[in-house]
Amino acid sequence: MKRRDIVLIGVVLFMAAVGFLFLSLVKQDGEKAVVTVDGKEVWSHSLSEDAVYTVKSRNGSNVVRIQGGKASVTEADCPDQICRKHKAIDKTGETIVCLPHKLVVEIKDGTKEKEYDGITI
Amino acid sequence: MTRRIAVDGMFLTLAIVVSYIEVLLPIPVGIPGVKIGLANGVIMVLLFFTGWKRALFISVLRILLAGMLFGNPMTIVYSLAGGILSIFLMALLKKAGGFSAVGLSVAGGVAHNLGQLSVAVCLMENVRIYYYTPILLVTGTIAGIAIGVLTAGLVKKVPANLFQ
Repeated sequence: MKRRDIVLIGVVLFMAAVGFLFLSLVKQDGEKAVVTVDGKEVWSHSLSEDAVYTVKSRNGSNVVRIQGGKASVTEADCPDQICRKHKAIDKTGETIVCLPHKLVVEIKDGTKEKEYDGITI
Repeated sequence: MTRRIAVDGMFLTLAIVVSYIEVLLPIPVGIPGVKIGLANGVIMVLLFFTGWKRALFISVLRILLAGMLFGNPMTIVYSLAGGILSIFLMALLKKAGGFSAVGLSVAGGVAHNLGQLSVAVCLMENVRIYYYTPILLVTGTIAGIAIGVLTAGLVKKVPANLFQ
């Protein structure tokens, strides 16, 4: 290891620390789970009510479950199964991503968005 | 020329085999892009002995073949973005000098993660995916250090006249 290696590693870890700090400052309890495929919203549901939804697209299928106020992916026919292993999410900004299916489950704050919709500039 | 074809074939095979080993040993954390990056060790040996063009060539072939064998078309797109960015950054830092295999490998690993993530953001039209950046910076660094140490050992053992 050379000096520049250590500087590089230090810089990368510092950026990671800043990122973690930023994420912890902005996150708050979310209100709803929104599922998008190819950037298009296909399903949206409140976290306060249990629900199961099967997303079928030409890319493949994923089962999204809302249980106990948290959203998770319980089944998927993608090769890597990364989305299925992801922990359940319930904070705004948190996401579960299925890269092969171009599917994203994200947590949103339901009320705030409506407020913004009401403001026209 | 014959020798070059044989050596390239050998390295490509090795890179595909280690890709398969990684498919067999997934890291079950549910975060897209977290991996050891064993194939980068093979590619880095090429980078050290033969320069970036041959390393890039083998890396692109590796991603296409491993993607067809163990992945799906989408995983090829993500890996290509990460792999190409990673080789360019490693080649650049190698040229700049002052970095060992560990530094190059960390830069390559992190570049691979960020390139892949950026393509995912574009394809899925969802900026939220950048949520994974901090954790990927950490896991990319850890994997990069491990692969860098491995590569430094390999570079010492591999006979340089193999690439003549």
